[in-house]
Amino acid sequence: MSDKVTNIVLVGVGGQGILLAAEILSETFMLAGFDVKKSEIHGMSQRGGSVVSHVRYGKEVFSPMVPEGEGDILFGFELMESYRYLSLLKPGGTVVVNDLCIAPPSVLVGQETYPADMALKIQEFCPDCLLVDGQNLAIEAGNARAANTVLLGAVSKRLDIEEKYWIEAIEKMVPKKALEVNLKAFQMGRGLK
Amino acid sequence: MKEILSGNEAIARGAYEAGVKVACAYPGTPSTEILENTIRYREIDSSWATNEKVALEVGIGASFVGARSLVTMKHVGVNVAADPLFTLSYTGVNGGLVLVCADDPELHSSQNEQDSRNYAKFAKVPMLEPGDSQECLEFTKLAYEISEKYDTPVLLRTTTRISHSKSVVNLGERTDQVREAKIEKNAAKFVMLPGNARVRHVVVEDRTVQLSKDGCNMPINRVEMRDAKVGVITAGISYQHVREALPEASVLKLGMVHPLPFDLIREFAAKVEKLYVVEELDPFIEEQVKAIGIPVIGKEIISICGELTPGRVRKAFGLPENAQAAVEKLPGRPPNMCPGCPHRGVFYTLNQLKAYVSGDIGCYTLGFMPPLSAMDTCVCMGASIGMATGAAKVLSPEERKKVVAVIGDSTFLHTGINGLMDMVYNKGAATVIILDNRITAMTGRQENPGSGHTLMNDPTNAVDFELLCKAIGVKNVRTINPLDLDECRTVISEEMERPETSVIITDKPCVLIKREGIFKAGAPLQVVDESCTGCRACLKIGCPAIEWVPASGKKGKAHIDPLLCNGCDVCSQLCKFSAIQEAK
Repeated sequence: MSDKVTNIVLVGVGGQGILLAAEILSETFMLAGFDVKKSEIHGMSQRGGSVVSHVRYGKEVFSPMVPEGEGDILFGFELMESYRYLSLLKPGGTVVVNDLCIAPPSVLVGQETYPADMALKIQEFCPDCLLVDGQNLAIEAGNARAANTVLLGAVSKRLDIEEKYWIEAIEKMVPKKALEVNLKAFQMGRGLK
Repeated sequence: MKEILSGNEAIARGAYEAGVKVACAYPGTPSTEILENTIRYREIDSSWATNEKVALEVGIGASFVGARSLVTMKHVGVNVAADPLFTLSYTGVNGGLVLVCADDPELHSSQNEQDSRNYAKFAKVPMLEPGDSQECLEFTKLAYEISEKYDTPVLLRTTTRISHSKSVVNLGERTDQVREAKIEKNAAKFVMLPGNARVRHVVVEDRTVQLSKDGCNMPINRVEMRDAKVGVITAGISYQHVREALPEASVLKLGMVHPLPFDLIREFAAKVEKLYVVEELDPFIEEQVKAIGIPVIGKEIISICGELTPGRVRKAFGLPENAQAAVEKLPGRPPNMCPGCPHRGVFYTLNQLKAYVSGDIGCYTLGFMPPLSAMDTCVCMGASIGMATGAAKVLSPEERKKVVAVIGDSTFLHTGINGLMDMVYNKGAATVIILDNRITAMTGRQENPGSGHTLMNDPTNAVDFELLCKAIGVKNVRTINPLDLDECRTVISEEMERPETSVIITDKPCVLIKREGIFKAGAPLQVVDESCTGCRACLKIGCPAIEWVPASGKKGKAHIDPLLCNGCDVCSQLCKFSAIQEAK
């Protein structure tokens, strides 16, 4: 096992299920035999605020926070939030982002406008960017709520972890009645190029 | 067995393994999940107290009769519990007592950034500071041993990045030597009258000296020699950032941050060329190291404000910053009250009535945010009522009418009730609104004495706010439906006019309550495009379900997201054109 620590940053809007996705990632890495640390701020996360979760794994991990400019993968649940936290990503890092815009309060009330071309701006800094139509793929898998799992599938394809650990973690963390749809959504995400 | 646990989960596990019998807390970010996890262990009696002072007193009571107890709170909660804490230091314990205080550097979810380590020194109580979840578990167990061996309560300090970070933990088993409780009288130790307390004070001072000496041999205070050019004294989360940013540096990692192991510090200082202290918030370790005559660099390079990150440590030591994307300024995304939140109509009304709103701590503090913009003060738990009394004392009769205190159910029961008693007793003339949403919402929906259930999910008595207010002497108590804007406006404005204390209780539950039969969502609403004139009246409540669509119609129209809307109907009351109706 190399000493290299792999850094993943998950960003989005409170209520999108970011914390659960981060849990599944961490569980997978532990099952694969790595040291894992995960850090996030909750408390206000259910109330529509900006949410960031850091997940790091490797032989030995010290800080639970991804150092600025050292993120290997940015796992974005929403476009503007993904752009906001690009500074955590290293140049040449990978972005997997949900093709979704959620208006923040100032945009909802018409005081500001949602910034244009977020996806393009992310791609400018980071050519290795996969834009995922999470919602429609999830509907195809059987439930719109499985969008996160589609994204997770796409992220999993970009990490060198055996598939069985992902499946085991999903089976452990996702409620039984939603499992079939989520496993399907995961495979759809894994199939994305 | 290995599991990934948060610091809070690991503390709960550690308490279980240590044979703890009683756990008590008042919820507060980032400490809340500790008690939400002790309930996984049936051997522990876990409960929410009305406030942190009561929580500590419950823990003390259990300790005095011989059981091990755990008490948890956020940093500002220790201010509330400080009174028993300082004298508990004198009495010492019988069964071990550990008080977890969770600090919040960077103020992720707090009203100040106080450094609880000062409490350890001030109250003369040892304090341990874990650096990851494994240490959270081990230090919790060790804290009970120290507590009983040295006859002292022990503070266990976390920060947000310890409490809310997860890492891999090796679990152990619950001790088979759980202490049994029984009455053992010992007045000289437990009755702190001056004659007894004078004797105990000497014991406390000796204890601190002994702990400082013994700390030099505790494995949790450890020297890691690498390159001797740079030596860093650090603890807790800062240790992790130091290892990340300065992998070659020698480190003295302190597991016990009070009292400090001075001989060990001297030894380490002698081995390294240049000595640093890397610590968040106050120069707590630094000042004490300087006081024993050892030159050290600390706050010259590390900010007193905010939390540390690996990047901030690198910068402090003059290391180059990593290349990173420059991101242009974006609209912020602050948290917001939920769609259908029963607080929204009240704050809209207070804004319209131009009230001077004495605020408090809870979700409703978000009433400060535009467009509601209806909160003028927020200081600490329960402060709204006392501050309203004070303002009303000195304002002119006309301005006095504008003074309204708003406080949630849990906060009112925490420390607001004392303020209300004072207001009535001293004939204060202000309006108090108790926002009763039947839950402690902000910290993640915890039960409280008004909710009718305990932490262990048992049905219990629910405080009757109306009767309570009447019993302490409030003559004018009215209950309203906060989702009815006409009722809000009529009742609140009438009570604001009244030249004496009045209380208004709002009677709608939090939309996040999952217990069946409490919150019922209404049918989602929609904007009828042909009727919407684009007047923007519905935007004044700042509901996350309502979006302004500038490109719709000539000057823009409102749109309601049916997936977010809880059908509270507040927006439709603002629409003069009947454009907001039940979705078909």
